[in-house]
Amino acid sequence: MNSTTLEIAGKHWTFNSLKELMGKATPLRSGDVSAGCAATCDEERVAAQMLLADVPLRLFLDEPLVPYEKDEVTRLIVDSHDTAAFEPVKNLSVGEFRDWLLEYGTGPEALTALAPGLTPEMVAAVSKICSIQDMILIASKCRVVTAFRDTIGLPGCLSTRLQPNHATDDPKGIAAAMLEGLLYGCGDAVIGINPATDSVPMMQELLKLIDELIQRYHIPTQSCVLAHVTNALEVMRLGTPVDLVFQSIAGTEAANSVFGVNLNVLEEAYDAALSLRRGTVGQNVMYFETGQGSALSGRGDWGVDMQTCEARAYAVARKFKPLLVNTVVGFIGPEYLYDGKQIIRAGIEDHFCGKLLGLPMGCDICYTNHAEVDQNDMDVLMTCLAAAGLTYQMAIPGGDDIMLGYQTTSYHDIHFIRQVFGKRPTPEFESWLKEMDLFDARQRFINHTGNNHALIGYEQELER
Amino acid sequence: MHLLAMNRSLSVDPWLALKRFTPARIAMGRAGGSLRTVNLLDFRLAHARARDAVHAAFHADAIRGQLNEAGLDFAEVNSPVTGKQDYLLHPERGRVLTEESTAFLASKAQEWGERDIVVVISDGLSAIAAESHAVAVAKGLHRELGETFSFYPVVIVPYGRVKIADAISDVLGARMAIILLGERPGLGAKDSLSAYFTYKARNCSVDSDRNCVSNIRPGGMPVPWAVRKLSVLMRESFRIERSGTALKDRLTLDDLQRALPLADDEGKLR
Repeated sequence: MNSTTLEIAGKHWTFNSLKELMGKATPLRSGDVSAGCAATCDEERVAAQMLLADVPLRLFLDEPLVPYEKDEVTRLIVDSHDTAAFEPVKNLSVGEFRDWLLEYGTGPEALTALAPGLTPEMVAAVSKICSIQDMILIASKCRVVTAFRDTIGLPGCLSTRLQPNHATDDPKGIAAAMLEGLLYGCGDAVIGINPATDSVPMMQELLKLIDELIQRYHIPTQSCVLAHVTNALEVMRLGTPVDLVFQSIAGTEAANSVFGVNLNVLEEAYDAALSLRRGTVGQNVMYFETGQGSALSGRGDWGVDMQTCEARAYAVARKFKPLLVNTVVGFIGPEYLYDGKQIIRAGIEDHFCGKLLGLPMGCDICYTNHAEVDQNDMDVLMTCLAAAGLTYQMAIPGGDDIMLGYQTTSYHDIHFIRQVFGKRPTPEFESWLKEMDLFDARQRFINHTGNNHALIGYEQELER
Repeated sequence: MHLLAMNRSLSVDPWLALKRFTPARIAMGRAGGSLRTVNLLDFRLAHARARDAVHAAFHADAIRGQLNEAGLDFAEVNSPVTGKQDYLLHPERGRVLTEESTAFLASKAQEWGERDIVVVISDGLSAIAAESHAVAVAKGLHRELGETFSFYPVVIVPYGRVKIADAISDVLGARMAIILLGERPGLGAKDSLSAYFTYKARNCSVDSDRNCVSNIRPGGMPVPWAVRKLSVLMRESFRIERSGTALKDRLTLDDLQRALPLADDEGKLR
């Protein structure tokens, strides 16, 4: 792109590259300001958005923001671009693309067919000119369905990751939180533990703990211990029951190297997990986490704004047909996303971009205590994302993660969503909850008196 | 609150006994499918206290007073950070010294001569943690290591990040730097202190050059245990002339408990 200028009331706003235009068109967030790629004032930001609206989508194919020769994520994006799928929108500008997405006639089938034709930079660009309601509406039209032991992402469903973390990985402490999560009807996306250490033997013990519970009660869900991908490879070699392989990923080769991963090691882990053939209704075996600011914090951003880097991480995820992808939106801290306003917008952008690219997007609707944000902001983001068709959210006891020291959505929160939006867990998991006599047809608790429930047997064993 | 506790219509979870296995917020019961009022307000209070801890002002005079009482010399320097918001938004500004402070330390370096250990105290993300435990840790380190190693005066620096210890150590030419600073407050604890030490800490030092002992507080890692752990690790670090990933922590909880039963005056458990 040559330098481009917009005149507004006698003032000239000039942008010298597509990268600069993208950064300056991004709604305000603290990380971009620190990195020096943000607009210097509100008027410059809107000027950039106006010029970005006129940029042809094709330009993003011709002008990579991160050099092709120096970055394997750019090579992945360019080399895997599906020109046939891109056909319906190939002549549109970013602004026209927004209008096209909002058309009544643009429905789930068209969006599913289009996904392989879109690049992260295209969806990041259109998100920058979209309002929050645009992103909610468009994302709600996307259908992304994945499966392992249950089927995630069907219309009307909103699943949960049961996250029973414990500060020292104490098996009884984890089991206690896990049991309560199941009694609250949570865990249909995955039962996933963030381990407190890098220990391989501990990872094996935790995987066995979840696997035994799943098998004993025939729970249609999958397990995951969120350790580094190389640890997952190690425990698979040792014959430990691994359902899903987890990894944190970012949008550039340089940022991924800070995480200690590249496309090759992800491919190796993907193949290893597939070869176990542990899925019953599907074979999506990967679980990825992302978050705006991860590339910048690892100095792997190439001067590209945080949100565009984040969308590029979805290209990495997409290659491995994941069961679940999760943007951990509020975990990174105020130096990247300062307050509730910035976190809310970022969460909705990430879900929107992921869904347009064909990913099963969940969101860790979360915050830390040094950011300017509280539970009310989380309620707003959770409500917006449920309206947008979020694939899954976290579920932890009381919203207070005692291992990671942050706050995310609780076991109780999903009942708010189920009541207000009529959302349901996956059909397989819903049947299981019915068999276990835990919830009625409206997903409301059946009150049990006494200690006669099957899962209470597990509790009594724990106590011994 | 007692009125709510008297509301008998709200059920008690049959798995209430599991609470003893985890400090997680389990078995709280529910109102419909939502949190009961008592739990909603309890959470809100915990968050409010954590927020207040993040924003609490650092009372350097409290640290000065404690250091005087402990008989430890000190000096004070500054990062370019102008206030709490600046600190939260710009971590890189908390990692360096102002030009004035650099010059001040450079002149002090000549006066003090080369020594082994510089202890740095900062509020970090919890002034309460620094004010509550930092001087006790500094005092303990002097006691454990003072016969073998020479100490610089303690350096107090408000609004510091971990890496500012590298800048301080770089100017002084210290053999080892250790910074004691407040951790990000959680809902459970707002007074957790962390200690990071680096052998030959210099401006070019990176995270993998450091060792950390975290969660220093009563009910977490009590001060006497932290001192014990740090002094063992720091001695070993001097011996192998390295720190960070090359230095492995092989102390067990039993080692700490045997070495220092919690009768120590600074290590009272709650």
